[in-house]
Amino acid sequence: MAEEVDIIDQVVGQEYKYGFTTNIEMDTAPMGLTEDTIRFISAKKNEPEWMLEYRLKAYKYWLTLPDPNWQNFHYPPINYQDIIFYAAPKEKIKLDSLDQVDPELLKTFEKLGISLTEQKRLTGVAVDAVFDSVSIATTFKDQLKEKGVIFCSMSEAIHEHPELVKKYLSSVVPHTDNFFAALNSAVFSDGSFVYIPKGVRCPMELSTYFRINAENTGQFERTLIIADEGAYVSYLEGCTAPMRDENQLHAAVVELVALDNAEIKYSTVQNWYPGDKEGKGGIYNFVTKRGICLGDHAKISWTQVETGSAITWKYPSCILKGDYSVGEFFSVAVTNNMQQADTGTKMIHIGKHTKSRIVSKGISAGKSHNTYRGLVKVNKKAEKARNYTQCDSMLIGDRSGAHTFPYIEINNKSAMVEHEASTSKIGEDQIFYCNQRGIGTEEAIGLIVNGFCREVLNQLPMEFAVEAQKLLAVSLEGSVG
Amino acid sequence: MLEIKELKAEIEGKKILNGINLVVKPGEVHAIMGPNGAGKSTLSSVLAGRADYEVTGGTVSFNGKDLLDMAPEDRAREGVFLAFQYPVEIPGVSTTNFLKTAINEKRKYLGLEPMEATDFLKFMREKMELMEMDKALTSRSLNEGFSGGEKKRNEVFQMAMLEPQLSIMDETDSGLDIDALRLVSTGVNKLKDGKRSFVVITHYQRLLDYIVPDFVHVLYKGRIVKSGDANLAKELEVKGYDWIKEEVEAGA
Ligand SMILES: Nc1ncnc2c1ncn2[C@@H]1O[C@H](COP(=O)(O)OP(=O)(O)OP(=O)(O)O)[C@@H](O)[C@H]1O
Ligand SMILES: [Mg+2]
Repeated sequence: MAEEVDIIDQVVGQEYKYGFTTNIEMDTAPMGLTEDTIRFISAKKNEPEWMLEYRLKAYKYWLTLPDPNWQNFHYPPINYQDIIFYAAPKEKIKLDSLDQVDPELLKTFEKLGISLTEQKRLTGVAVDAVFDSVSIATTFKDQLKEKGVIFCSMSEAIHEHPELVKKYLSSVVPHTDNFFAALNSAVFSDGSFVYIPKGVRCPMELSTYFRINAENTGQFERTLIIADEGAYVSYLEGCTAPMRDENQLHAAVVELVALDNAEIKYSTVQNWYPGDKEGKGGIYNFVTKRGICLGDHAKISWTQVETGSAITWKYPSCILKGDYSVGEFFSVAVTNNMQQADTGTKMIHIGKHTKSRIVSKGISAGKSHNTYRGLVKVNKKAEKARNYTQCDSMLIGDRSGAHTFPYIEINNKSAMVEHEASTSKIGEDQIFYCNQRGIGTEEAIGLIVNGFCREVLNQLPMEFAVEAQKLLAVSLEGSVG
Repeated sequence: MLEIKELKAEIEGKKILNGINLVVKPGEVHAIMGPNGAGKSTLSSVLAGRADYEVTGGTVSFNGKDLLDMAPEDRAREGVFLAFQYPVEIPGVSTTNFLKTAINEKRKYLGLEPMEATDFLKFMREKMELMEMDKALTSRSLNEGFSGGEKKRNEVFQMAMLEPQLSIMDETDSGLDIDALRLVSTGVNKLKDGKRSFVVITHYQRLLDYIVPDFVHVLYKGRIVKSGDANLAKELEVKGYDWIKEEVEAGA
């Protein structure tokens, strides 16, 4: 039965090839959000008292907040009583090995191109797979352990590494930060936790794969990555969801902490279901991502390729506290049909000689709107801070929009801030040139767009760059008529 | 191979081609000359399928197929190549990547498997040697920041890679230094196999010393008003176009 449903879904949803659903027995919280919901989640996860207290504090704060309204897009008010805040595949025993994972789930990830079974794993990439509200499996754990690297689900970290979680959780994105961060702090269910010890270069790429499956469910994951002094880690997240007519909320929080001389490279390939051509359905991707360079000479680098979601609303940011620390933001945001994106970054220069670099490539097709919003802030004591921002937009067709809002606040005269921006239309001449060499129009757009984003795509780990390129081409299919 | 009959085309209501007739047989080299604005580039664009031009009359058959009925990419896959008078830049896309895509798209159309990466690179290396192409040039973004001459040379390099049945070269010799000119003709002459044909648009006899045409045509006001052999080009070099214009006006 389950197979059949999958096949029909796949045929119907050809354009978005991850639109299928998995039929599996679920354990869900009652619909809606009350203090009881939070107690329910916390009890499900068998959490210590301090965690529950944190959640409740965040919840009470959230209740005081009005819905945000400063963004450059519209969405109908979300009724938080119509959302299920916790959904997990029914699973009694604690998972010790993959043999105990429901085969239906393994199959789901297999279909998404993420193999969790030993023999077929991507070499050199450790994966944490999160299905709706819980982490299903984390691969290569033992090899990582040898180096002292901790890579596990957030739920596990709360139990196994409470001292680290207590110290760093909420230290970069406090629950008071914004509406969705408060909500996430109250109801987050799972996510990934990474700790790289002093002087260790993580021996492989770490990656988390997020999958929303259940209906009417929101996904609220929480990720925390800590790179201790001199450590290095490259981390990548990917995400997909089934095609459904109603909008689903994804409100994650990601916190990165880099100590002295540490480096964190965080890459996202976001491919949540974007909704159909008329704008029906799709994921609301409202995410708070922030990293702090706590130590001197630390470096945090965000790379994102955003092609999915009905609405993408996020600003992966860097707080450059340590002297000589470096923040980078490389972004490709593609919107097609009725999709909307309001994304960018904040670079907060606090330490001396801090440097930041922003490269943003926005591509809008169909009737979509694509906004870059960025803040470069140089604090009083940030002597000799440097920022370079490059912000390019490409329009495909003449019904889409590109918008740029660069904010700059400088409180130290020695700062050097450069901003370059451009908007171009994909050239008929370029397309015809490709056509004349035997390259069809859709293929040509893929090629030209990939070229336009080259600088950003080059930042992605090799294993994912090819995937991202294909994704760009696919998400623009049908963008010229 | 190529048979153009009474081809008429206009752009934004302006009539540019007013009844072109031309037959190109396999293995032949045709040179098209004519004053600025005569419609030479328009003819090549129409043959390649540029959408800006509206074909208002006439027919074009290519190897027995209705060329005007085909999408531009299919014309290319069928073996029509246009070396552009003004090649465009495509930032971020290397010539290598571009050509690999082009060749594999053509192969797909012909029902062939994509070329193996190693075979492709070997093939490309051969052609690069032939055209004395600098490695740096093929790994850079396509045409971006190329000098005028480099762009033209890159067009001929692409032609050598794609091995078209019919190559239309629109003023490929303009802006080339003497050495590059020699290379272009090497490229063309190496491609000649008795079956492939060439339509060479040029203003200068110079190129025709290297690529000897079987026929020379003069295009004027959207019509071919005079045709001859290689000697016609030499005559034009000496006498210019005035006498032809006068002939046309007198005849009209
Ligand atoms: N987009 C356009 N709108 C209006 N007129 C055009 C357009 N494109 C071309 N033309 C006109 O069509 C005529 C033919 O142009 P074409 O480029 O074919 O000439 P040509 O023979 O190639 O000239 P040259 O030797 O200078 O390259 C010219 O008068 C030109 O101005
Ligand atoms: Mg011309």
